[in-house]
Amino acid sequence: MLSIKNLQVSIDGQTILKQFNLEVKAGEIHAIMGPNGTGKSTLASVIAGRDLFQVDSGEITYEGKNLFDMAPEERAREGIFLGFQYPVEIPGVSMANFMRTAMNEKRKHFGMEPLSGAEFLKIMEQKKKLVDIHSNLTNRAVNEGFSGGEKKKNEIFQMALLDPKLAILDETDSGLDIDALKIVANGVNKLRRKDNATIVITHYQRLLEHIIPDYVHVLFDGRIVKSGDKELAKQLESKGYEWIKKEILV
Amino acid sequence: MITAKNTLPIKERLLELYSLHSDAIKGQSTPLSNRLRSNALSIFKEKGFPTSHLEAWRYSSLDHLLQTEYAFDFSNQSRSLEIESIFTCDVYDLDTFSVTLLNGWFVYKHAPLTRLSNGTIIGSLAKAMEVYPELIDKYLGKAAKIEDSELAALNTAFMQDGLFIYVPEHVKVEKPIQLINIVYSDTPVFLQPRHLIIADKHSELTLVHCDHSLTHKVSFTNTVLELFTEEGAIVNHYKIQNKGRNSALVTSNYFYQKQNSRLYSSIVTLNGGFTKNIIDATLSQPGCHSDHSGLYLADHNQHVDNQLFLDHAAPDCTSEQLFKGIVDDQARSVFSGKILVRRDAQRTRAYQNNKNLLLSDDARANTQPHLEIYADDVKCSHGATVGQLDPEAMFYLRSRGLCEKTARQLMMYAFAVEVINKINIQPLTLRLDHMVEKRLRGELSICDQCMIHCNSLEPTTFSIDLSKI
Repeated sequence: MLSIKNLQVSIDGQTILKQFNLEVKAGEIHAIMGPNGTGKSTLASVIAGRDLFQVDSGEITYEGKNLFDMAPEERAREGIFLGFQYPVEIPGVSMANFMRTAMNEKRKHFGMEPLSGAEFLKIMEQKKKLVDIHSNLTNRAVNEGFSGGEKKKNEIFQMALLDPKLAILDETDSGLDIDALKIVANGVNKLRRKDNATIVITHYQRLLEHIIPDYVHVLFDGRIVKSGDKELAKQLESKGYEWIKKEILV
Repeated sequence: MITAKNTLPIKERLLELYSLHSDAIKGQSTPLSNRLRSNALSIFKEKGFPTSHLEAWRYSSLDHLLQTEYAFDFSNQSRSLEIESIFTCDVYDLDTFSVTLLNGWFVYKHAPLTRLSNGTIIGSLAKAMEVYPELIDKYLGKAAKIEDSELAALNTAFMQDGLFIYVPEHVKVEKPIQLINIVYSDTPVFLQPRHLIIADKHSELTLVHCDHSLTHKVSFTNTVLELFTEEGAIVNHYKIQNKGRNSALVTSNYFYQKQNSRLYSSIVTLNGGFTKNIIDATLSQPGCHSDHSGLYLADHNQHVDNQLFLDHAAPDCTSEQLFKGIVDDQARSVFSGKILVRRDAQRTRAYQNNKNLLLSDDARANTQPHLEIYADDVKCSHGATVGQLDPEAMFYLRSRGLCEKTARQLMMYAFAVEVINKINIQPLTLRLDHMVEKRLRGELSICDQCMIHCNSLEPTTFSIDLSKI
């Protein structure tokens, strides 16, 4: 589904990702772990199409297409979803209006009729139930005045509505209490299917107790230095990242 | 220099017209009003029109607007006109008591003044001068500061007609009163409507004030509005301005507030050639609240100026100012907001905010906050921003599949809607919502509500170019 080869990315002349390789197939959950400042969020942003970064070399193909030929909105419509580490507050735009517009743009992309207000409301209620969100997020302006937990739950809710093929969750667990963490993890698990994939970016192993990854990758200094299964995450939790650093130097 | 041939400079011409037509101008005015008039005339004679040397007019020059040879009219030619034949308000479901001014004159089929069963008086100022001289003498000219304003002085010298409203004590006027102010003329006209609104103690009034022009010809409207909120009165004053690109509209709003009164004023400027809104509010007694908001959307060569002066003259009053604008092409916006907190005005809370989105390199926004504080227990703040759309928010929207254009429209609409939401008449809010959306898509025209269907050769659809952000 997603294939990243020899990717090198920089910002203001400073290289952030280098010789980065990753293969993600349908049905898989990948966890990308690593200390702060190693390029985890940069990776997520580049896949979603943020133009702050300079792609120096390498390629990303998504379902056989060159990702760099696609505008951020095209990537979204084709099924890529980024769960933001810091979801943006947009006063004045209601969640319902935003999501209905987003869903209809996607439908238009595939030549489908736009959803009516009633159809949209029905889907919205279903998805709210699916991801266990009972609060009234949808009547409020996008993320405005939301608590940290509400913002993250809102990302999962958006993911449920947009039903992506490839979801990238960037530090979705940071700043969450255990209840919110369970709601987020539950959402991801319920949305998991054989034909979609998830990349979970996290600093801690905590989230991976609830979302069981097929692969765990350790990102350090802009590239993946170690890959393994869920046991690797546990090792990291007990030994810390210093252990990996030493291993690389040796 | 006046370039039009065979004409005096406009100031001299006005003075000459005054002496030629003084009987018509004075009409049935009370002796006190006429003394006010001659005092105002001598002020105008001394000062003339404001020039850009004055701080208040530094960025808003009238010079080019005063070159035209304007026509003046000192009698009501249109009072029995069937207004529906030229204009209908198309705000769906807006249930108002509606009155119309055409070229500054009250249009009435039956009576120039209406007295509702609750005692509220609505109608023509010219007629009110005749019928209610005691109310006129008590209020007219008491809020307008003709010593400080050349245009208010000019208007006061020439005032003849306009809207008059008196709401008696403890009366809540259920329906909003809607004033539709239309300019419709084949020749360039110079108009000076004068409005007097009195909300007596503990009364409530909502006034919707719409300025339209049904002409692409040049016009200059110099309006003065005086609005009095007596003790405990609550007044909503909403202005919607959708004028042609050759129209100049200067409105001086003088608000005089007594104890515990509340005033909510919103001005939405959708289109206009030259628009200047002057707001001068005096919070004269304790416990007043004065809320002022505005939204302006300007492109091409449009010019919008909002100038506010909030005079906190008594303790325990609050005021808020929120003005937001989107400026494109070579358009220009000016905001100046002054808050004066006098020595006795302890526990004043006064906030001011002006936010501008500039969409082109040539668009300009001037914003000048000004605080003058003489009391010590005061909370005041002001903020001003001139910027572009937040790129983080743009990316967030695009990452959900919205194309750049839709994302921009949504963000601009969101920027604008904060002001629209301050208007608490739902059908009007919905309509304005729609008009703002249309305006942002470049589909709003001043011809929308016009019934004349003149097939103007000059289409007046303005558009904000979304691709330029």
